[in-house]
Amino acid sequence: MTALLTVEGLTKAYPGVIANDHVGFDIAQGEVHALLGENGAGKSTLVKMIYGLVQPDAGRMTLRGKPYVPASPSAARKAGVAMVFQHFSLFDALSVAENIALGMETPPPMRRLAARIREVSETYGLPLTPDRLVGGLSAGERQRVEIIRCLLQDPRLLIMDEPTSVLTPQEVAILFATLRKLAAEGTAILYISHKLEEIRTLCDRATILRRGRVVESCNPREKSAAQLAEMMVGTKLTAPSRAGGNPGGVVLEVSGLSLPSANPFGTSLRDISFSVRAGEILGIGGVAGNGQDELLDALSGEAAVTPGAVRLRGRPIGALGPGPRRRVAVLAAPEERLGHAAAPDMSLTENAMLTAAIREGLAARGFLKWPAAKAFAEKVIAAFDVRTPGPGNAARSLSGGNLQKFVIGREVLQRPEVLVVNQPTWGVDASAAAAIRQSLLDLAASGTAVIVISQDLDELMEISDRFAALNEGRLSPPRPAQGLTLEEIGLMLGGAHDMEVAHVAE
Amino acid sequence: MDFGAINPTVLAASLMVASTPILLAAIGELVVEKSGVLNLGVEGMMITGAIVGFAIAVETGSPALGFLTAMAGGAALSLIFGVLTQVLMSNQVATGLALTLFGLGFSALIGQGYVGVKPPALAKPDLGLLADIPVLGRVLFSHDLIVYLSLALVVAVWAFLRFTRAGLILRAVGENHDAAHALGYKVVRIRLAAIAFGGACAGLGGAYLSLMRVPQWTEGMTAGAGWIALAIVVFASWRAGRVLLGAYLFGGVAVLQLNLQAAGVAVPVELLSASPYLVTIIVLVIISADRGRAALNAPASLGRVFHASS
Repeated sequence: MTALLTVEGLTKAYPGVIANDHVGFDIAQGEVHALLGENGAGKSTLVKMIYGLVQPDAGRMTLRGKPYVPASPSAARKAGVAMVFQHFSLFDALSVAENIALGMETPPPMRRLAARIREVSETYGLPLTPDRLVGGLSAGERQRVEIIRCLLQDPRLLIMDEPTSVLTPQEVAILFATLRKLAAEGTAILYISHKLEEIRTLCDRATILRRGRVVESCNPREKSAAQLAEMMVGTKLTAPSRAGGNPGGVVLEVSGLSLPSANPFGTSLRDISFSVRAGEILGIGGVAGNGQDELLDALSGEAAVTPGAVRLRGRPIGALGPGPRRRVAVLAAPEERLGHAAAPDMSLTENAMLTAAIREGLAARGFLKWPAAKAFAEKVIAAFDVRTPGPGNAARSLSGGNLQKFVIGREVLQRPEVLVVNQPTWGVDASAAAAIRQSLLDLAASGTAVIVISQDLDELMEISDRFAALNEGRLSPPRPAQGLTLEEIGLMLGGAHDMEVAHVAE
Repeated sequence: MDFGAINPTVLAASLMVASTPILLAAIGELVVEKSGVLNLGVEGMMITGAIVGFAIAVETGSPALGFLTAMAGGAALSLIFGVLTQVLMSNQVATGLALTLFGLGFSALIGQGYVGVKPPALAKPDLGLLADIPVLGRVLFSHDLIVYLSLALVVAVWAFLRFTRAGLILRAVGENHDAAHALGYKVVRIRLAAIAFGGACAGLGGAYLSLMRVPQWTEGMTAGAGWIALAIVVFASWRAGRVLLGAYLFGGVAVLQLNLQAAGVAVPVELLSASPYLVTIIVLVIISADRGRAALNAPASLGRVFHASS
């Protein structure tokens, strides 16, 4: 087996943190190689160095036997390295063809490019319309744009950064078929993910990073998912435990909820109906951009809807804003930590004040009670094990996992009757995610109705009592989560949309 | 009252001249904003161009040299803004406002010795037969080169943004600077180039005001033209064709109301003076009323500070 790319002693330090510390591994031609690690383990920095976005401090890379020092992404593309980004590097207001042209070194004229896009997307079973605006595409379609952009350049090495986080299980299966086809044609694939089962089915080899160092290299097919997780985290993980009590009466009832999206590229909600009982967790799954943000807005009160569309114990609350809803104990924690759930440059005390002022009595006659707010922030920090020097620190200075624990804890400690959370563990390390899930389970056990909106299907299966899927602004009827197969969930999420298995000539 | 004093042919001819400074400034600012930068210093760059161009034209006796220097002056001033906002990452709104204040004060300082001086005139091209066409010849083919240059510039900017790869990259940078950076485009460099282009256009527009339209130097002579240019870009939904429409509408109403004032129409002078601003903004607001479509054309990264995280 000849190595296509060899990486030796690659080191990159940022102020205060060594992102990569003498990282070394190699990828063979036609190999699907997994890069495993938690958030912050240094995976992104490593692939950015391979793609020429970041220059290493030390170490060297060899591509096809020659020294490889990419000074820029365009140099990397010329050398045959292509990359599909985790957060799509796409331009909403430009067309598919324009987006693809921007990622190519020497794009052909637009009309020929459009023909090429049709041809390649047909060959690999990833249908695309070249003249549509990217802003109007679904997450799965956006990813096809990224992949086609790479494929048009006949890459030797294709880097994929968490490509499946926004796909339905059926779409994942088709993507994998495409990747295997590419590997069979000799393209090496560097596949970054923390979805262990996927790596076990797809990849030939895995390199595991922890805190910037390579800790292990193995064949993932010979290991169990639990073993891989332990190598990633370094300690044993305990799965959340659930009490499994009987749910009480209906607390929140949503019927015929429709809401046009405020964002030109958003998804409008269409006739959504469901109910949640006391002590129950309702999991709402779906691929990003199918109305999750709009649903949270409607439930938290950020967007006013018809009064009868949302009822709390029979009382219409649809027209109430976020403040009055907090007063009746309907609380929410939105997805975006920095900027939506928390004000990044304000201290934790100030952030505690912002949502808890009403329920915790932190303000009286227009004046703020800072000592009480500080005490509440300290209570959240202590109860949820938030690692920070103190409540005076700015929200921005906390790591993702710690800030998320604070944001969720702040709502949990306000004794909600209904709690709505969107993506509670997005971009959070495994141990913090486990703690957050446990706290949601505990909250439900104490009689709160909890609605968890998430893209992470494993998470929803782990904690929810009932499961519903959000697809293009419509909600499927909720079904008991126990006994649902991945196949059934995938179909609820809209199946494979219109993807097909690659039909390249064998 | 004598409406007979208003000659439609002369009115239409002077419309193009009156609109050219705003058109030049607006088309430059359109490119700047399409790259994702909000430069509120248009007024300052225009008036700096007006005095620099005026001074050089008077000193050398060459209006052409005056126009070139005005462009260089506007570009130089805009690059101060560029370095502050793109390299030192200062706030674009505050820096742009400061640039306008600086330009107004700076031009007043240089201009002290030039009040009341008459500048040399730019020779008009002789379009021969075309200019002899009745009415149309007077309206369209009797102007100076800068008027035609400004129209060519509108077409060039439209074609550049729509058909060229460089234009596509410029739009991409304005749409999502993080993604453009991830693909390896030099966001800061591209924006600096756009800012300099916008500055040169604003400078040229200012010089046209002081050398051709008025033609003389008075302190603060741009009188808000830069602000109108900014408003036109936004209300024109960042489209070159609509910028042309907005600028000519403003110029047209401005000329018309002056004629009406001269004719002694029984409408308060204050209202007449305000009419070009009112009419332009109302018309463009109505055109861009479809918010969804306007938002599609708006550069999504407009005014946001770009910081390369990697």
